[in-house]
Amino acid sequence: MKRFVWVRFRAVLKKEFIHIFRDRASLIMAIALPIVMLIIFGYAINTNVEHLPTVVWDQAQTADSREMITSIRNTQYMDPDNYVQGYQEIEGYLDSGKARAAVIIPPDFGKKIQGMEQANVQVLVDGSDPTVARAVMSAVQMLGLNKSLELQSERFEARGTATGLELPLNLVTRVWYNPDMKSRVFNIPALIGLILQSVIAMLTSFSIVREKERGTMEQLVVTPILPLELMLGKLLPYVVIGFVSMSLIMLTGIFWFGVVPVGSVPLLFLLATLFLVTILAIGLLISSIAKTQLQAMQMTFIILLPSILLSGFIFPRETMPKLLQILGGLLPLTYFLKIVRGIFLKGVGIEYLWQDSLTLCAFAIILLAIASKKFKKTLD
Amino acid sequence: MNLAIDCQGLVKRFGNYTAVQGVSFQIAPGKIMGFVGPNGSGKTTIIRMLCGVLVPTEGQATVLGFDVLTQPEEIKQRIGYMSQKFSLYDDLTVGENIDFYAGVYNLQGKIARAEKARVIELIGLGDRTSQLVASLSGGWKQRVALGCALLHNPQLLILDEPTAGVDPVTRRVFWDLIHKLAKEGMTVLVSTHYMDEADTCDYLGFVFYGRLIAFGSPEAMKKSEAKDNLDDLFIYYVQHEASDDPRNLVLKKGGRG
Repeated sequence: MKRFVWVRFRAVLKKEFIHIFRDRASLIMAIALPIVMLIIFGYAINTNVEHLPTVVWDQAQTADSREMITSIRNTQYMDPDNYVQGYQEIEGYLDSGKARAAVIIPPDFGKKIQGMEQANVQVLVDGSDPTVARAVMSAVQMLGLNKSLELQSERFEARGTATGLELPLNLVTRVWYNPDMKSRVFNIPALIGLILQSVIAMLTSFSIVREKERGTMEQLVVTPILPLELMLGKLLPYVVIGFVSMSLIMLTGIFWFGVVPVGSVPLLFLLATLFLVTILAIGLLISSIAKTQLQAMQMTFIILLPSILLSGFIFPRETMPKLLQILGGLLPLTYFLKIVRGIFLKGVGIEYLWQDSLTLCAFAIILLAIASKKFKKTLD
Repeated sequence: MNLAIDCQGLVKRFGNYTAVQGVSFQIAPGKIMGFVGPNGSGKTTIIRMLCGVLVPTEGQATVLGFDVLTQPEEIKQRIGYMSQKFSLYDDLTVGENIDFYAGVYNLQGKIARAEKARVIELIGLGDRTSQLVASLSGGWKQRVALGCALLHNPQLLILDEPTAGVDPVTRRVFWDLIHKLAKEGMTVLVSTHYMDEADTCDYLGFVFYGRLIAFGSPEAMKKSEAKDNLDDLFIYYVQHEASDDPRNLVLKKGGRG
């Protein structure tokens, strides 16, 4: 008698599809929301620091000082558009956030440059956002160094000593995988995982708990339906929706943002489907534990928030304290991020990703096992 | 052994709380048995044990010849169950709800269609099958729910307060149907708060504080305590039993509220 019966499974499957298609709002949310989220976050999560508003107090007002300002503008990091007189005004600009950096050129700037002396330029940086401050500092220091070298060689030439001055040390750096160091190339693939997780986990977590709230679960337990038939019947429609949703955001990432996977696309889809099943298992587990939809929603958030911070989505896991690294290791997203970034950016194949893939498999199996066990208890 | 329900000393405890205490009764096939008793007296718990969804702590019971402990799935395939809650899906049409439950009871193809037509005829659904359940009145929802419980021709129909909050006309229609089904040989176990409904049952069981304190035909029960109607009998039992119920002491001490 305890045998899987297709008729019962099909009845559940059909019913779930009717629920989903009749609830247009949720369907649109599942399909369209990920795309909208990707487009919005794709632009928002940008750690490239460029064109920061900069204020200038040019006390020299000479050709040399103007050339200096032009060089600053040419770095692309800073836009020296505002000119002020005096520290008080600079303070006002930095306090109000109208400018993130200030450049102060002293009155004797031109005289010292021309007179072969050391000229000073002061740069004030708003350090409240370390990322911004670091970018400005390195840009300015780079500029200072280049400028100095240029002046130095001019001065040597003017004195008639040494021609074709060469630096004693040349450090050659080359950036692999993301040569332009665009943060978008790093963030879009990860966003695909994060968005998929939020939307699909939320949808699935409602699936069983809804029956409990409506009171239809009470009816289902007195019918001969088996927990497995009911669970699979509920799971499968969300696998379909999740797959459609996932394909759409992948395409958005590729065609809208131009972030094209370097590696194998079939492998990407295969492993993304594996991740999808893991997420569905989380959703089902939540749904079989929660008693109301509100509880289910809260539980989903409890999992989502650490996912953003601990999975390596924004902050590198290597620099986290050991305990947080272990916590992050409990999140399926952590492994999917390695996979999705590996395929998108490095173009690596399964030979480097098999460990992460196996870990995801283990997650899926363990979570589904716990979910169906939990679920059986409530049914019997 | 030809009894529809045969239970012997059923006990159900939830932790320290005893919800059902030594309930024994027997019903022959084709009879209507009514459960009456105050809210929280244990009617639903007894019903759930008989459906095979709650495991009795002590005692044993067979339903349609199957043991509730070891053969709950056999029982589930052969009983129809309906509770006071509307167990239908609001966003599905009447027809889709019926189709779903037909599938859940493993009916398919020609048989499923034939049973669907039979049930629609039986409960007089007519052309409402394409209507969304959400748009039906409470009385109609209750009839559709009954229809869904009858699809697989159950030998035993279990109704847990089916007419709670239903208007008198619908109640009449509902009970006419129950009597009709019983005449055709179906055994019916029904719990209710309406004494006029209870009066028409073949047997009555009075459940109070988890015990079956009286069992018999309505006539015999009224006669034994010399009461004219069931309302008086009900109140008599409550007043009489409440005073010497051992668990009342617990209640008074501020135990389980």
